[in-house]
Amino acid sequence: MLILLRRSVVFAVVMMAGTLVYAFIGTGVAQLFFKNQANGSITANGSTLIGQNWKSPAFFHGRPDDAGPYATNLAKHIPGGDNPLVANGVPGASGGTNLGPRSKVLLDNTKALVAYWHAMGVNPTPDLVTTSASGYDPDISPADATAEIPMVAKATGIAPATLASLINKETHGPELGFLGASYIDVLQLNEALVALEHR
Amino acid sequence: MGFFWTIVALVVVLGLSWRYLGSYLAAVFDGRVHFLGPIERGIYRVVGVDPDREQSWQRYAASLVVFSAISIALTYLIFRIQGSLPLNPQHLGAVPPALSFNTASSFVTNTNWQNYAGETTMSYFSQIAALTTQQFVTPAVGIAVAIALVRGFSRHGASTIGNFWVDITRCLLYVLIPIAFCFGIIFVAQGGVQTLAGPVTIHDHLNGVSQTIPRGPIAFMEAIKQLGTNGGGFLNANSAAPFENPTGLTNFLSIYLVLVLPFSLTYTFGKMVNSVRHGAALLAAMVIIFGCWVGYTSYAEHQGNPAVAAAGVHQSTGNTEGKEVRFGDTSSALFGVASTSTSTGSADASYDSFTPIGGMGLMSGMMLGEVTPGGDGSGLYTILVFAIVAVFIGGLMIGRTPEFLGKKIQAREIKLAGLASLVMPLTVLVLTAIAVSLHAGRAGPLNAGPHGFSEILYALTSQGNNNGSAFGGLSGNTAFYNIVGAIDMLVGRFAIIIPALALGGALAQKQPVPASVGTFRTDTPMFVGLTIGVILIIGGLTFFPAVSLGPIVEQLSHHRFF
Repeated sequence: MLILLRRSVVFAVVMMAGTLVYAFIGTGVAQLFFKNQANGSITANGSTLIGQNWKSPAFFHGRPDDAGPYATNLAKHIPGGDNPLVANGVPGASGGTNLGPRSKVLLDNTKALVAYWHAMGVNPTPDLVTTSASGYDPDISPADATAEIPMVAKATGIAPATLASLINKETHGPELGFLGASYIDVLQLNEALVALEHR
Repeated sequence: MGFFWTIVALVVVLGLSWRYLGSYLAAVFDGRVHFLGPIERGIYRVVGVDPDREQSWQRYAASLVVFSAISIALTYLIFRIQGSLPLNPQHLGAVPPALSFNTASSFVTNTNWQNYAGETTMSYFSQIAALTTQQFVTPAVGIAVAIALVRGFSRHGASTIGNFWVDITRCLLYVLIPIAFCFGIIFVAQGGVQTLAGPVTIHDHLNGVSQTIPRGPIAFMEAIKQLGTNGGGFLNANSAAPFENPTGLTNFLSIYLVLVLPFSLTYTFGKMVNSVRHGAALLAAMVIIFGCWVGYTSYAEHQGNPAVAAAGVHQSTGNTEGKEVRFGDTSSALFGVASTSTSTGSADASYDSFTPIGGMGLMSGMMLGEVTPGGDGSGLYTILVFAIVAVFIGGLMIGRTPEFLGKKIQAREIKLAGLASLVMPLTVLVLTAIAVSLHAGRAGPLNAGPHGFSEILYALTSQGNNNGSAFGGLSGNTAFYNIVGAIDMLVGRFAIIIPALALGGALAQKQPVPASVGTFRTDTPMFVGLTIGVILIIGGLTFFPAVSLGPIVEQLSHHRFF
């Protein structure tokens, strides 16, 4: 029994040491060959993999994941529903709202979001009135971006047709043509939009 | 169309892995793979194990139980003193005692139930040395148990079923670590984060917001999280977080990693008992149930969300609440079924926000005892238990002593198989009844109405099956759920492993009976059907009353919101 105990402790400690070596070698390889990705795909205006809360109608908006301009009616006490990560400051936990398909709160939130979008002159798609699972989905679909064209066109004065071709240019297809769905990175789309304005 | 090709690609890569990885696994456990010989022998020397000395099932089980207990203790200790340990850039303090106990039990039982948010609770040292370590060790333990049970069939008149230390060391060195490392590199290349530097704060001049973004050694943990059917992510949002699962490709690879070992082990079984047909029969039973579950869950998620419809939005894209744009509805459903039909429990969508029937698809994968294909090793040893019950029923129907692979199945084996197959439903249903009877239990759910009951049922089913996924609205970090959950996980793991090892020991001692014309064949479509029947009856019928109070009522509540 004593031998068994000693053996178990030694094996457990060896495994911890082994896992630390695995993680350190992995970090070394990652930092050597894929420095940008390994550090969080950080660009001048934020990470392309972390959604932001876009306030101005002169930008394309991401999904309503946080307590941003949409959120006066979003329930405040729902985990993930008010994502502190995006809203200036402390690092917070990621996560979705976890509201069930027949939740009254979800129904009310969705109605509020529909009203918000209508006030912005947008006829919203499902993505634009629902929250993501991470709480900071960096992407919208081409259909979502297209739905936002009237809002952006009005605020920037850029012709809708120009915006449509911009959306087309920024659309990434499914990986390898069939894995997942088509998406647009909102940060990259808005950077391209600004470049267009300054041309 | 994309979904169709996703399924085709998955079938192709899993089919190839079944044949070749399955065969390789048999070679590993027969001791025919040596390419890391010096490291392997070094570990035996340090630990003090003679690799040529085999163990009886009792000694095998004792080694496993003591090792697991020590692992829980050490993991608990790390959480409690993480504030004084290195690799803690956010200066996080000690994890509270009840949460530490729940989390240590969770990771040592391969459950990976998380009552904490990783990015705000665990230091990098805890994530690596406590959590990732267990993500490597526990699938090795599960596979070792499965191999020990298979040796019960392949050996005749033997008193030993292998050596626990040798089996887990080989599994780690030749299977889990190399595969996880290769996939870790792919995850990083696709955008997975892997750094020891702390969070980064950036200011967006376009938008005028500042963000502080948590980072960490994520991508390489991600690889073993999926391969080891663990499921416990670095970040709270798990595989939905772009830093864990950045693209459609990594999403596909995650699904592949989750399924590859549990499916391939059926080939290993066939090879070790010299009848690949028997392995293929188990595979067929797994694939048929798994295929049905993928079908109806993706169909359900491709329908709209009732709340969004009631708010007047036309939905052509399926249920988007709690899903990420880059994955889409059907791929998220496929991921969910793969994750809950194995004992993984990782999530690339918010399962709580699935449609009622979609959520039931996730629950039913667990309620069948996680055999379609189940966790690493645990899937194989549990389906072998069901197969023994099926053989027994078949034997009763034709009035002969049942045999499986030439081994007579007698009273002792049936008692052990009965125990192993009933302990999970019993634990889960009794604990669910307790939880809904007590105020502390009813205080947990976020959602009202039948969905609230589903959240409780899901939590205890998930923990009792060592899955670890959740209807995340449940507030699990309370004294009640931390303690009850830990009991659920420990019983769900060890009260099945010990009878499985005892079965292996009992079968190994038997001499084979030569097959005759009257022998009930166990490698035919008829037997596949019988096994599926047993799985559905034990899982389906025991849980049906509970399920009808949750998802089924919810589905039938047309135009009602709670």
